[in-house]
Amino acid sequence: MTITDVRNDVDATTTGPAIHIAGLSRVFGSRAKPVRALEGFSLDVAPGEFACLVGASGCGKTTLLNIVAGLDKASSGTVDVGGRKVALMFQEGALFPWLTARGNIELALKLRGLKDRRARSARADELLELVQLADAGDRRPHELSGGMRQRVSLARAFAQDAEILLMDEPFGALDAMTRDVLHDELERLWKATGVTILFVTHNVREAARLADRIVLLASRPGRVIAEFPVSVTRPRRIESPEVGSLAGSITERLRAEVRRHAR
Amino acid sequence: MPADIDLDSHDSVSADLSDRELAGLDALETDDPTDRSRALRAWSSLWPKLAAVAIAILLWQLVVWSHWKADYVLPGPRKVFPTLVDVVKTADFWRAVGNTMQRALFGFGLSVLIGSTVGAAVVRVRVLRTAVGSMITGLQTMPSIVWFPLAIVLFQLNERAILFVVVLGAAPSIANGLINGVDHVPPILIRAGTVLGARGFTLLRSVILPAALPSFVAGLKQGWAFAWRSLMAGELLVAIGNKPSLGVRLDYARTLNDYPLLIAYMIVILVVGIVVDAVFGVADRKVRARRGLLTR
Repeated sequence: MTITDVRNDVDATTTGPAIHIAGLSRVFGSRAKPVRALEGFSLDVAPGEFACLVGASGCGKTTLLNIVAGLDKASSGTVDVGGRKVALMFQEGALFPWLTARGNIELALKLRGLKDRRARSARADELLELVQLADAGDRRPHELSGGMRQRVSLARAFAQDAEILLMDEPFGALDAMTRDVLHDELERLWKATGVTILFVTHNVREAARLADRIVLLASRPGRVIAEFPVSVTRPRRIESPEVGSLAGSITERLRAEVRRHAR
Repeated sequence: MPADIDLDSHDSVSADLSDRELAGLDALETDDPTDRSRALRAWSSLWPKLAAVAIAILLWQLVVWSHWKADYVLPGPRKVFPTLVDVVKTADFWRAVGNTMQRALFGFGLSVLIGSTVGAAVVRVRVLRTAVGSMITGLQTMPSIVWFPLAIVLFQLNERAILFVVVLGAAPSIANGLINGVDHVPPILIRAGTVLGARGFTLLRSVILPAALPSFVAGLKQGWAFAWRSLMAGELLVAIGNKPSLGVRLDYARTLNDYPLLIAYMIVILVVGIVVDAVFGVADRKVRARRGLLTR
């Protein structure tokens, strides 16, 4: 299968990270009772890198993604994406239930500024094909399985022609079998498009299966405590011993972090 | 980066395998909707209604047979239905129906306009919400017939008095439907819309309003019920000379002691109410079925 990358090459020549986060803090709540979701959070993600954030509850993952996506503002610190477009994919898919799969993708194209109806329709066909749902375009979200919904959601994210794709536990609600296959899918699309991915998950094995680099987060407030480059050669299998042993050592570290919060 | 990428160039065997797995999972996890035929579905929803009507007529006949009231005061179906058939054949009847429906449509249309405008304003402006949000619900619970004395004082016995009360009856429900709908749009859909680049009016039009539609349609349905009640009350109270309407004909039948005719008109009013309500019911189900909100 061949796909055409219609992304406008903004600054492919620019060196430096695709996502540059430095000293980021985000405080919620009142001044008297502040809740620090993120504190002194720093992270660089290289262009085309697949980075996974792993952390226990309360590590501010969603807050971080919201800020990078421009849905929320930092209390202090900087986030720089070098003018790149950012797409965000949610755990629940968050497809619009009144639109068909195709309609969801076409709306994203329309909001991106693709005015011509026929161009939208053609591009939607390509994107449906890309996630192997060419035959399901006219179905509504409730008529699709969880895995199919997430693929439509992925196609919708790709419709934005973003260079950065943020993923908030996108496969968390799926069964293991479907998740496995979607890992293959996502890896294939990532390789094909060269998109930079920042992927948040609870699942350490999933991170070891997918990432170039795993970033371990501390909870309350969220900050980076360790980074693990993943050198296991691709294609990987989630059940392979290399993935397993890496996941094991990261899990050990994560548990130590969780124990720290015991009262 | 190259413009064209051949996805299958590497590792095509495993890619093909995973494609087949994906197709297999898709097929396993979605069931083909094997719909029963249209006629069968129509019949399965029709027969309970027909049975209910038959039972209602039977109960009515039983009450007549019990001689609880004299035969001429409470006539039975066998007297009323021939009267109904006769009435339906007259031109005067259709003029009455025409006048009444014209008022109903105009009044309801105006209610939709006003209700939506007020609802939209309340949704957008925080101060307005605090000020009139609960008042709208209050208005909704107020029986609209209570407005008639004031309406007659304000507008005298004419069309505008009726219209005034119809709108006061229906508009709050419609406004409330819109407000509730917008209030209950799942936040994640708004986030999704924002991430896709929708802001302000675009967000309202492409995300918030479509998401609020089921609740809005429910508001319309309820608004219609209130409009129809208010209209009937209005036509009974505000008799406008030389303009026949269902309410006026109903009142005449009582004045003339023509009780079969009285009940015949009541049946007509009931049927109109049910038919229009059914139209809203269909719209309501369509809207919800689209969104997967119907349990089959």
